[in-house]
This record gives sequence, structure tokens and C-alpha cells, in this order.
Amino acid sequence: MVDVIFLILSVSAVAASVIALQARELIYGAVALGVALLATAGLFVLLDAPFVAMFQVTVFIGAIVVLILFTVMLVKREQWIGGSYEGINPKLSVIGGIMVVAGLMYAGWASGLVTINASEEFGITFLQIGRDMMSGYAPALILVAITLAAALIGALTMAKVEKEG
Amino acid sequence: MEPLLSYFLVSSILFGIGVYGVIAKRNAIRILFAVEIIINAANLNFVAFSRFPPSPNILGQTFALFSIALAAAEAAVGLAIILVAFRAHDSVDVSQLKKLRG
Repeated sequence: MVDVIFLILSVSAVAASVIALQARELIYGAVALGVALLATAGLFVLLDAPFVAMFQVTVFIGAIVVLILFTVMLVKREQWIGGSYEGINPKLSVIGGIMVVAGLMYAGWASGLVTINASEEFGITFLQIGRDMMSGYAPALILVAITLAAALIGALTMAKVEKEG
Repeated sequence: MEPLLSYFLVSSILFGIGVYGVIAKRNAIRILFAVEIIINAANLNFVAFSRFPPSPNILGQTFALFSIALAAAEAAVGLAIILVAFRAHDSVDVSQLKKLRG
């Protein structure tokens, strides 16, 4: 049963990622990106990480994809799709991507990932994540919060329209 | 449960697609999509590799949470930069953004 779900989720993640990059309309690409991220959230659930899946749905899909959608919609449509936006040599980049995958797979194969199977016991709950975040990782958490605040303020300042004269 | 290799395969394919997008595309928004896909593949690896050792631990999930939060910051700043560049050049083609002056 899990096999079928895993297959569906991984195939839809990969297919939606390809569509996100290849769709003619940028809006469809953004929606496909959301589907790919949602499928990855499903994979997180299969990996016994429901908290990460929830976080992925709220932050990636709820914030990033919606932000991209609004940015795309706010600017005139002709400007985004007009002109040739293809790179100089798409074939070469396909070969580059395939070579990256092949290299990673060889590294995984050579380091014996094939023999590793999941241990049945997994008693970690999100309570433990919260405890970790508030004790050991508290400085990192504060740093991430400051970084987020600084990045958002910086983004707002940059994107602000300055009234002339 | 699926073996670790299948999760690794999915995340490497996603990473490869992201690398292809970064190389091939000239639309700045598409490049941002590709970077998000790469970050997503890395998060999947974090969670998968922390689930599979004989004694599963929580490190990978914590790292994935931090990584997702930083990806949000990256997307906000990236989109703001793209908007400013679009206003200055009337285009989001990265090969036309040759001036640093606004």
C-alpha cells in the first residue's frame, strides 16, 4: 500500500517540478511548483515527519508560492512571457542535469545506501522537536528569527515604490 | 517502508531538475523556481537520512525546519530583487541585467 503511495507522490513531485520549469505561462509554473512541494510534504509524512510536512505546507505553499503568484500577477503579463527566455543551449543543460543525477546516484551506490533499510521503531514525536528547539537550538532559533525579520524588512524596503518629486 | 535508496533517487532527480533550471533558464523567476526545487530536494534528504539509521534521530527534521524558514527569507528577498530589476530594466531576462546601477 505504501509502495503505491510512495510511487504516486514521487512521480508527481518530479513531474510537477518539470512542469514548473517548462510551462509556457509563469502562473501555471507557480501552481505546478506548489504541487511539487505538496507532493514532497506527502513524502515527509511517509518518512514519519508530520511536523515537517505541516511546516512545509504552511511556509512553502502558504507563503512562498502565494508570494510568487502575487508577484507574477502584479506585473504586466506580456512582460513576463515576451521574448525568448530560453538559455543558449538547453540540450547541454539537460545533459548537465542528468550528469549531476548520475554522479549523485553513483556516490549513493558506492557508499552502500542500497543495504540500509528503515528501522521499525520510530518513537520520536513533535514534542521532542519543540523541546530541542527551545533548549539546544534556542540560539539558532533566535538567529533564524532575526534573519527572517531582517530579510523581510529589507525586501519591503527594496520593493517599495518611491514617489517621485 | 521504502529503502533509503528510493528516497535518495527522488531527491537526486529533483536536484538534477533544479540544476537544469538554473543553467538553462534566463527568466529570473524560473531560476527562483529552480532554486526552490533544489532546496526542497535538500530538505527531503535531511529528513530521509535522519529517519533511516539504526537509531533514528531528530537532527534531520530540525535542520529541515530551519532550512524551510531560511528558504522563505530567500524567496522574499529574491522576489524583491527581481521586482527592482524589473522596474529598472523592464525585463526579467537575467542576460540583460548587465548594469548594477539602478
